[in-house]
Amino acid sequence: MFPELNNLLNTTPDRAEQGKLTLLCDAKTDGSFLVHHFLSFYLKANCKVCFVALIQSFSHYNIVGQKLGVSLTAARECGQLVFLEGLKSSVDVFFRAQAEPHPLQFLREADAGNLQPLYEFVREALKPADDGQAAWRCPVLLVDDLSVLLSLGMGAVAVLDFIHYCRAAVCWEQKGNIVALVHDSGDAEDEENDILLNGLSHQSHLILRAEGLATGFCRDVHGQLKILWRTPSQPAAHRDRSLTYQYKIQDKSVSFFAKGMSPAIL
Amino acid sequence: MAAAATCGTSAGNKGCTAAAAAAAGGKNNVTSFQRKGPRASVPDSGCARLVSIAGTRPSVRNGQLLVSTGLPALDQLLGGGLAVGTVLLIEEDKYNIYSSLLFKYFLAEGVINGHTLLVASAKEDPADILQELPAPLLDDNCKKDFDEDVGNHKTPESNIKMKIAWRYQLLPKMEPGPVSSSRFGHYYDLSKRMPQELIETSKWHGFFFPEKLSPTLNIEPCSLTHGYIKLLQFIQNVIYEEGFDGSNPQVKKQKNILRIGIQNLGSPLWGDDICCTENCDNSHSLTKFLYVLRGLLRTSLSACIITMPTHLIQNKAIIARVTNLSDTVVGLESFIGSERETNPLYKDYHGLIHIRQIPRLNNLIYDVSDVKDLAFKLKRKLFTIERLHLPPDLSDTVSRSSKQIPAASSRLLGQECGVMAGGRKHLDF
Repeated sequence: MFPELNNLLNTTPDRAEQGKLTLLCDAKTDGSFLVHHFLSFYLKANCKVCFVALIQSFSHYNIVGQKLGVSLTAARECGQLVFLEGLKSSVDVFFRAQAEPHPLQFLREADAGNLQPLYEFVREALKPADDGQAAWRCPVLLVDDLSVLLSLGMGAVAVLDFIHYCRAAVCWEQKGNIVALVHDSGDAEDEENDILLNGLSHQSHLILRAEGLATGFCRDVHGQLKILWRTPSQPAAHRDRSLTYQYKIQDKSVSFFAKGMSPAIL
Repeated sequence: MAAAATCGTSAGNKGCTAAAAAAAGGKNNVTSFQRKGPRASVPDSGCARLVSIAGTRPSVRNGQLLVSTGLPALDQLLGGGLAVGTVLLIEEDKYNIYSSLLFKYFLAEGVINGHTLLVASAKEDPADILQELPAPLLDDNCKKDFDEDVGNHKTPESNIKMKIAWRYQLLPKMEPGPVSSSRFGHYYDLSKRMPQELIETSKWHGFFFPEKLSPTLNIEPCSLTHGYIKLLQFIQNVIYEEGFDGSNPQVKKQKNILRIGIQNLGSPLWGDDICCTENCDNSHSLTKFLYVLRGLLRTSLSACIITMPTHLIQNKAIIARVTNLSDTVVGLESFIGSERETNPLYKDYHGLIHIRQIPRLNNLIYDVSDVKDLAFKLKRKLFTIERLHLPPDLSDTVSRSSKQIPAASSRLLGQECGVMAGGRKHLDF
């Protein structure tokens, strides 16, 4: 986790909020550093994490996690982390017919079905232990990323349904959190992606939007992060709070600064 | 660090440097800087030494195993080479001239290094493709040929120290000449063919789609087109049979790289209609194919190059999705047939090359070159990629045609800033 981002979000691993849906969004840049942040944050906060990693392999997250101070292999072995590796499982699902329904069953199907097997997997992974005592603080579902599901044949409505079911199970029933990454296609006119992004934006409590700079590539400022706190249950009675920072990604951390206050310029 | 500081104050220089070296060495073993094996997690990769495979080298940034793309200039732009287990997507230029060259360079590099090749095409027979590979430039006569090739260029000035504009001397040169003993990345002579004996000793598998069409389709209905399913099964078969993923118990662990080359993916010859209409029936066919292919690559010792005619794809959303599903994306834009061919600004170059995406593998950061506007030029023996230099606009009369050129060039530069294409509004000079 990045300590500067924790300060900006006003959280620490000890007092992480519960029952929240956080939406990560990136436009014209790579927002995966936010995924690494939340993964290490919730592992340090002693939460049980179910990570649906559809875009990269386990070793990638593991190596970056080691730089940020968490060991994914240790977490997986002791049961704190349930990792669904999309790339590896897709090969299994695609080439060999599975006996029981696999979370990525939709890869074999012709029509766009629904994501129910994936939802069952998540629910099974995050259900509390049978003996009643809470070994971990709260369950967290982390998805990287949801736009890939659209590329794999799911409709936007199916993905929204999946998140809705997960919110009911994880956020409301078990007072856990959900963090999901969606790419913003910008001017690529991806209607399904826009539907998904808009639908999730209205449901989320916190939106972190990483954008590339409007003026193009810069070596010292990699992009701009917009943080928006929302209360989806209440209509816009009081204004949502929003902050904008610029950031630079380094080898083991990300430094944030106010707009135009990059250390390289000052 | 603390050990080194205390060593500095105490006497005994020899002991303290040894201790510092030991501390540094110990630190290296603990951090993930040195990968102890290829990133593809082959199940029994518990080997404690770096697997040394011909034609590969570890990346200096994260120890990732890299292979050469066959074009040293492109290797430099991609941060040293193409990572094993990833996909290099080439967005074809309009007439598929230069992208097929890059495809051949990739395969020729595999032949030289002794890698296994898998060539898939729906247009040409893979055997014919292999016959047309360019010959490598060998060390003894390459330097002489290289010098005569650039003889008509004004290069002798580079040895003279600059007196006035001395800051420019510090700028890195973009094109390295042929290194005498480079085992990573070779140069190829396009006027000669690869020697027949080299092709015959190389191991290759060909997938020619028209041959694999079977009249009866008794596969499970899936939203991939028939061609893609066959190709995926073929690739998976080769990987499994030859042991590139280490899962076949009968084959001993493979110590070689599989180079996969897929030509014109997405074109109608593969049975896919995304290049024909905007609302196609199975628009997810190509993206699903790329996803499963990447899954295959991540778990095996292979690297893949795909050329795709993205200029024909009608639906822009699919191009964005394809880019997100690939690791490295390079776009080629040739000047042939466009109005830039006769434009005096671009007379030294044959086209532009856009590095659209470079993956961040095992890392938060990645090697990205500062130069965003790159142009390529094809000489007989060298495919060079250089920074695009626009000459100053020194016309006395502000004529209509010359006024358009700076606007076009500023628009070009605005687009080359790889992150936001809408940035051109902000460039008001």
